[in-house]
Amino acid sequence: MHPLLRDGRLGLYFVAWLPIAYLLSWLAAVQAHLSWPAAITIAVPLSLAYAFICPSAWYACRSLPLARETLQRVLLTHLVSAAAAAGIWTAAAAGLFAVFPFTGSIRPVLPAVFAMGLVLYLLGVAIFYVVLSVEAAQEAQVREAEARLLAGKAELRALKAQVNPHFLFNSLHSISALTSINAGQAREMCVLLGGFLRSTLGLGEKTAITLAEEIALVRSYLAIEQIRFGSRLEVLEEMESGCEAYLVPPLLLQPLVENAVVHGIARLIEPGLIRIAAQRNSTGGVSLVVENSFDTEAAPTKRAGGFGLVSVKKRLEAHYNGSATLRAGAGEGRYRVEIQLPEESNV
Amino acid sequence: MTVMIVDDEELARRLLREMLADHQDIEVVAECANGFEAVKAAAERKPDLMFLDVQMPKLDGFEVLELIGPGVGVIFVTAYDNYALRAFDVHAVDYLLKPFSKERFEAALSLAENRLGENTPPPALLAATARAPGYLERIVVKDGTRVHIIPVARLDFAEAQDDYIRLASNGKTYLKQQTIASLEESLDPRQFIRIHRSYIVNLDRVVKMEPYSKDSKVAVLSDGKQLPVSRSGYQRLTALLGEKL
Repeated sequence: MHPLLRDGRLGLYFVAWLPIAYLLSWLAAVQAHLSWPAAITIAVPLSLAYAFICPSAWYACRSLPLARETLQRVLLTHLVSAAAAAGIWTAAAAGLFAVFPFTGSIRPVLPAVFAMGLVLYLLGVAIFYVVLSVEAAQEAQVREAEARLLAGKAELRALKAQVNPHFLFNSLHSISALTSINAGQAREMCVLLGGFLRSTLGLGEKTAITLAEEIALVRSYLAIEQIRFGSRLEVLEEMESGCEAYLVPPLLLQPLVENAVVHGIARLIEPGLIRIAAQRNSTGGVSLVVENSFDTEAAPTKRAGGFGLVSVKKRLEAHYNGSATLRAGAGEGRYRVEIQLPEESNV
Repeated sequence: MTVMIVDDEELARRLLREMLADHQDIEVVAECANGFEAVKAAAERKPDLMFLDVQMPKLDGFEVLELIGPGVGVIFVTAYDNYALRAFDVHAVDYLLKPFSKERFEAALSLAENRLGENTPPPALLAATARAPGYLERIVVKDGTRVHIIPVARLDFAEAQDDYIRLASNGKTYLKQQTIASLEESLDPRQFIRIHRSYIVNLDRVVKMEPYSKDSKVAVLSDGKQLPVSRSGYQRLTALLGEKL
């Protein structure tokens, strides 16, 4: 939208033209010796007409941003358009004078009219460039604020995602139940939970860990869930040798495995399977699969776990710069997430 | 007092059973590992009190409550759920947060004993406020001992019948004890329109509108079924269709 049309600026703009109309009348009356009524008859429509021509400079300014165009090109374009606008204006002044049966001659002031037209048009250009730069600065500020907000949120969520409160409370509840049923297993679960928490805390500071470390973390997570779910949870791990040392961002698989438990196993009455597979792929990188059974009959329920998948996707994007892919989908009673990671030398 | 334990985790059920064992006057009449079992057992055993886990396979705790109706005292058991806790407080429903102490358990139990026979809050209302904000994605209905789960996308229309609503889906109809107004509130208003005092229709099923009398129209559904449309219903419908176009 044209800046003059915003926030009721148009009225103010036309008021600003009043002194110009007066200046023009003064030129015609005093310099060209026309009668004041004749001078005003010519000056008012002339000013009005130019008031409509000058704003067209906005579009030229917008298509020639100062930051990207050469000064030469900018100056040349605007000077040519200013000369053209002023020329048309001067011709209009002469034409208007010829239409009316006024005595005297307007010729002596035509150069002054032309000069005025030139200055007014260029003034418009200058003002529009100021408007453009102010707008750009405001936009940049908004963008920066948004980016900061997003970064803050992502960080907070990453911290929260490390330990799902549900998981923690349910595990503590299982321990509480086990203390009288099987004290030894209660102790074992405490140790497992402590180990898991300790490793997630430590991981927050690292940018990459080996796949073997990530799998170990997943294993300790699943060992805890195994005590909770008992025979309802079956785990199948297929690690191809040669993948262990591959570096991945920490907590890449754990959120996916947690989703598999929360949205898969926890919603099944009968036992369900979680399969975790890692193998070298054809591009020299690594392919990772997390697959789980789920209740195919259940109508959708509200899913809170979408965040796990989204955060993994974002982390892949940030860490591998677009050269890693993630595919997720359901089929044949299984929900499957597959990640293809590039060759390490390309990371 | 007869008590039912509903939790999908065996350890959680065993813990409750152990804590209840100290009470000679309490009989555990059923232990259920999922929502379907719970609804069935509640109908057969008619317990006085139910310990009800919120997150379970098949049906969640709120859906179970909706299906067994008011008469049964309930103590919800959950690990962590902001929305549910707020709803429990608003409706004065008691709950236990995992892990809970023996003292907290005893307090909840004695409160429940004192409240026996009192009416519990309307289950549908509790369920609606206890879930994360958003519209309903499925409707659960009990039909004798069977439980039907209707995804809202497969709901054609709902009709008010006294204290019940008749839900039409895939050529079948199901009766549920709920008011049409509370159903209307829980459905996405861009998808489900109250076209009449007694009818809510799924917009995707409406094929055309035909005049019926001077003041009223009928909506024709894709299966040929005709539903009355009141004047204000027609306004709502055109307002929405206008927005969609």
